[in-house]
Amino acid sequence: MKKIVLALAGTVLLIAAAVVYTVSSRHDTAEAGPAAQLTLAPGQLFYRDAATGRVGAVPLAGTGAKPQLSGLKCDRFAVAQQTAVCLAVKPGTLPAVTDVLVLDGGLGVRHTETLPGTPSRARVSPDGKRVYWTLFVTGDSYAQTGFSTRAGLYEVDTGRLVKTIEELPVFLDDKRYFAADVNYWGITFAPDGNRFYATLGSKGTTYLVEADYGRYRGKVLRENVECPSLSPDGKRVAFKKKVGEGGWRLSVLDLASLQETELAETRSVDDQALWQDDHTILYGLENAVWAVPADGSGAPRQLVGGAASPAVTG
Amino acid sequence: MYIAASRTSDLAAGTDRKPALKRVSANVVALGMVSLVTDVSSEMVTAVLPLYLVLGLGLNPLQFGLLDGLYAGATAVVRVLGGHLADRWRRLKAVAGFGYGLSAVCKLGLVAAGSSVAAIGVVLAADRTGKGLRTGPRDALISLSSEPATLGRSFGVHRAMDTVGAFLGPLVAMAVLALSLGSYPSVFVTSFCIAAIAVLLLALFVHDRPATADRAAVSLRAAVGLLRQQDFRRVALWAALLGLVTVGDSFVYLVLQRRWEIAATWFPLLPLGTAGVYLVLAVPLGKLADRAGRWPVFLGGHAALCLALVLLCGPQAGIWLGIVALGLHGVFYAATDGVLMAAAGPLIPRDLRGTGMAVVQTGQAVARMVSSVLFGLAWTLWDLRPAVLVAAACLAAVALAAAIAKPVHP
Repeated sequence: MKKIVLALAGTVLLIAAAVVYTVSSRHDTAEAGPAAQLTLAPGQLFYRDAATGRVGAVPLAGTGAKPQLSGLKCDRFAVAQQTAVCLAVKPGTLPAVTDVLVLDGGLGVRHTETLPGTPSRARVSPDGKRVYWTLFVTGDSYAQTGFSTRAGLYEVDTGRLVKTIEELPVFLDDKRYFAADVNYWGITFAPDGNRFYATLGSKGTTYLVEADYGRYRGKVLRENVECPSLSPDGKRVAFKKKVGEGGWRLSVLDLASLQETELAETRSVDDQALWQDDHTILYGLENAVWAVPADGSGAPRQLVGGAASPAVTG
Repeated sequence: MYIAASRTSDLAAGTDRKPALKRVSANVVALGMVSLVTDVSSEMVTAVLPLYLVLGLGLNPLQFGLLDGLYAGATAVVRVLGGHLADRWRRLKAVAGFGYGLSAVCKLGLVAAGSSVAAIGVVLAADRTGKGLRTGPRDALISLSSEPATLGRSFGVHRAMDTVGAFLGPLVAMAVLALSLGSYPSVFVTSFCIAAIAVLLLALFVHDRPATADRAAVSLRAAVGLLRQQDFRRVALWAALLGLVTVGDSFVYLVLQRRWEIAATWFPLLPLGTAGVYLVLAVPLGKLADRAGRWPVFLGGHAALCLALVLLCGPQAGIWLGIVALGLHGVFYAATDGVLMAAAGPLIPRDLRGTGMAVVQTGQAVARMVSSVLFGLAWTLWDLRPAVLVAAACLAAVALAAAIAKPVHP
């Protein structure tokens, strides 16, 4: 009898503690402030506001200006021309399910795809005709090493959906590469809307794959290139290069000469870089958006604090 | 000697007509309750962890996955250590309790670790160490608190309660996320509180094994000697051999998804399907194992898996075949997980129960890890269908051999 009383008292106490903690943390995550009506007009830097998860914008010319926050909540955000993509985890889904929202110039929803996984990367092709993404997919417990990535794309004008590019035939040293553990992440399209690059991960190695969308085949260009991002002129790829365990160095690869240049950012960056123009690279790091010259010179400079997932309108 | 004991009890149990739950000892129900509550706590964390890592912290889970793979090997060693120390100190409850407690504290460790990848890695390693430490002594306690004749039922009840907790975990996590407006630390703190309730239940309601008259020293030598004992060695060996030809869960789900062409959104529901069947069948199959023999039921489970694989690779692909295959996968778990422990228990001297159970489980787990690597390789070399068919053929052959060998007599 005494034991039952003890057990009940302890249980009630512990549950009360959990409820109090849970309810009190509502305050930290509550949102406030009116929503601004944003458009994809040129010269803006968009980002995800870390505190609220809402998409914000500041003028590229003066990133210190007071930001405008839209009512749109996204975990990843990207733009090009008059198309934007927003990856947002559907609230209350476990394992996570992500809404891929294709948005028009006024950030109105044109199309929604609901896919399993957690948002990792999002991009829009330079011509604004395709949106593509990478999701982390997991169904099992963390005890089973169950993470994998799924990179897919959506053709805005035709409505064609490619849920995963896993089946893309890839050639390594002119031989077809087969492996059960093939994973793709971080797609980037060339201005022609056909050539694209992506990371292929398999058996502990990462490769840069160059692919032809129309013919739907690809070839391995180089090892140790993750999350490629093609420059506006289509000649260089910014990427994260693995340097030792758990560290990446932002670098730029010249596609003609295959020469690599390490950028001035020496901290480990785990993001898909973004070209603001042919000279400047943006990325998210330590809860802020940063810029660094693309030629290895200079030093990183912080553009917006409390922010992630930068996107610019040209 | 133990086999003889279980035979006489078997005869006695035949005339007994008490309701099902009554015939499971209070200690087993208490342990089941502890597992249920603990699983709510751990599955909460499991469910939100990928979200937390990627969105909350901006980490790369692929890297984390690699790190996690390293722990898997270490857990095997910890499991045997936990079983052995519990036997040696004659403190099954204390060692199991330490394991439960360690995992509970780790939930707070996740909050304390903040955004440091290294710290999160350490906390998760400690969490898994706790899980490894407690499994052997816990199963030994279940085994020692049960009538030898109804061991299958006891493990069935325990595993069913465990599964209920696993079902509830994600639901509780969702409720906490909803209530806290998406705060991950709230999930971790709640998970800690729930795990602490489980430790409290263990401390209050679980009794340590009854003191045995036999006070022989439990040494490493005695533990190794266990493997020299023919009956035990044969069971451990056959369990490991069967593990070697068992196709891992994630592969089964992948094959299911490809053949069945289900929308990827529903993919996470496949493990729930397996767990649901497991939950429903754990007790009935445990009882069946007590009545019809544990080894036949254990092998029957493997036959179910074999059938599921053949269905998945057969000429027909339909949604109903998929559901049947998923059901068979659940049957496989219900007929093997607890049943193996029930089969092995009576072969292990009481003083070495924790060590022995851990050895059997570890052998099986390591074999399944190797099997995953081999199956992945076969998939790469021969493509999916041939790989699955070869795996099914190997499984059938080994199961048949195990049926002929009959390492468990009763």
